[in-house]
Amino acid sequence: MNTLKHELNLARPDDVYNLIVDAHNGLTAEQSEKLNAALVLLLANHVGDEDVIREAVAAARKSVTA
Amino acid sequence: MGSYTYPKYAYVPPAELVLKPGGVQTVPVLIVGAGPVGLTLALDLALKGISVTVLDEDDTVSLGSRSICQAKRTLEIWHRLGVADRMVAKGVTWDQGEVLLGDQPLYRFNLQPEPGHRFPAFINLQQYYCEQYLVERCLQEDKVDLRFRSKVVGVRPDDEHVEVDIQTPDGLYQLRGQWLVACDGVRSPVRTMLKLPYEGEVFDDQFLIADIRMDADLPKIRRYWFYPPFHPTDSVLLHRQADNVLRVDFQLGRDADADAEKKPENIDKRLRMMFGEGARWEHEWSSVYKFSCRAMPRFVKGRVIFAGDAAHVVSPFGARGGNSGVEDADNLGWKLALVINGHASVSLLDSYDRERGAAARENIRQSTRSTDYITPKFPAARVLRDATLSLARDFPFARALVNSGRLSRPTPYIDSRLSTPDDTRESWNAAAASPGSPLPDAPLGDGWLIEQIAGRFAVLTFADRAASLDIAAARAVADMADEIPAFTPILITRDLAGAPDGWNTVLDKEGLATRRCDARDGTTYLIRPDQYVAARWRRLHDSSIFAALKRASS
Repeated sequence: MNTLKHELNLARPDDVYNLIVDAHNGLTAEQSEKLNAALVLLLANHVGDEDVIREAVAAARKSVTA
Repeated sequence: MGSYTYPKYAYVPPAELVLKPGGVQTVPVLIVGAGPVGLTLALDLALKGISVTVLDEDDTVSLGSRSICQAKRTLEIWHRLGVADRMVAKGVTWDQGEVLLGDQPLYRFNLQPEPGHRFPAFINLQQYYCEQYLVERCLQEDKVDLRFRSKVVGVRPDDEHVEVDIQTPDGLYQLRGQWLVACDGVRSPVRTMLKLPYEGEVFDDQFLIADIRMDADLPKIRRYWFYPPFHPTDSVLLHRQADNVLRVDFQLGRDADADAEKKPENIDKRLRMMFGEGARWEHEWSSVYKFSCRAMPRFVKGRVIFAGDAAHVVSPFGARGGNSGVEDADNLGWKLALVINGHASVSLLDSYDRERGAAARENIRQSTRSTDYITPKFPAARVLRDATLSLARDFPFARALVNSGRLSRPTPYIDSRLSTPDDTRESWNAAAASPGSPLPDAPLGDGWLIEQIAGRFAVLTFADRAASLDIAAARAVADMADEIPAFTPILITRDLAGAPDGWNTVLDKEGLATRRCDARDGTTYLIRPDQYVAARWRRLHDSSIFAALKRASS
């Protein structure tokens, strides 16, 4: 079973972070929420592994409710 | 206010006004501005035998502690000029940083995890001390003519010289320089008088710097809080400086009332929230500031050259302002000296513009990203920023995204035309310093690797045993060491027996220098006077060195 990576897996993390932030530039709050949702679904499909996605969902949920 | 006693440097009425010689005197280099950049350049040129005249409108050092984080690279440069040890002794050494969310530490980072370097990742030392020590060092050098209370009020460049009008307490006079280097700060009067562009991005967020003297046994690390309980809406940065001075930097947001925030009673209110009712302090210096990221499109304009804040300015997060200015001086000094001595053509100075222009753009890019992280520009950016923070405790990957400032490191000069590209048949560890990168430090002999490269070119050759070096090649290299440009041949070995003539042979006891340079028997580096790698090979070969030297000096 694959598990969610905790360690950095990006060669240029600042570049990727800014790519995502910049995608929101000029959008309304509602458009931003929609963008985030679309991005999550695209990346989930790319990851493909249900166990990993389940773990990520739990971690994300914990980060906003803990 | 303040624990520091500002020195008052003597104004000497200039010979030009006292003796009134006929005509305008010409000097090799005029430096405008006796700040860290101008003084560094003055010392570097003087030690290379070039006479410099430094003009400063004031007669003391920086008012306020201002630029406090002096990076390893800056210390290495200042060490070559003979002032770094005094600064390290006075300053607060630090290698680590801590990032906190609320009142909880999220993680720590270490900027120099491996020992075996002459200097730490950073010291914190107030700018006034740095300037004072540099001035005192300059006063020991006959070739540095420091002129205080000498304000440049006119600049007239032509193809051969730059003539300036200098206002003094005794009146106005003129001097002419073959070259003028403007190190006169972000509002550069020289740049303004020449009407040269200086464009970029202005940020709206306001910050409050409160430098206070307080007897508190705080750890010697950089600390950065997001949403701390004592300043819940924004972030706070804390540094220790010399003399028990603390730098507290509060993010105030866009709508803060700068005049109200500047009032001591309001600053005290914030500090009491942070340090508690029982804490006692004295104010050293405070400032409410906004910042911008700007750069001149070209740093060289005929015979006028710009360095430091006069040429480029960044946000303070990352300590990239003062440090990049000192790197400018380091990059420029040896090139200007070669040009003035007739050992290189004027076109060598184009490489200053290219290399340091690229460095400025990289510093601005990094600093803008840190600023955007610390002060998110729109709500979705804040949501993403806060998500990285809330994941950072449990997930190391998220720590890598937290950006409280990417701290200053020397910029590699990728694709510099001074560098000789690697021979594609030779392989190198990716972590080793490639052409255009600064030479790593390591213990060597009784001292340090960086101490071997003292302001001139150097050929570094590694050999398991000194006696195993190719004798003919070693002799050929030693024979051309005094030609132009001159260089120092240095042999680094584990066995000194049979050291070749004309080479400075040093023992690599611990093998760290060999490892950090990814060296094998015969590996040879050509190092520039500013301690950057110009070329490297897997074997010692005199004609390759000769060609690379020509390339690095033209």
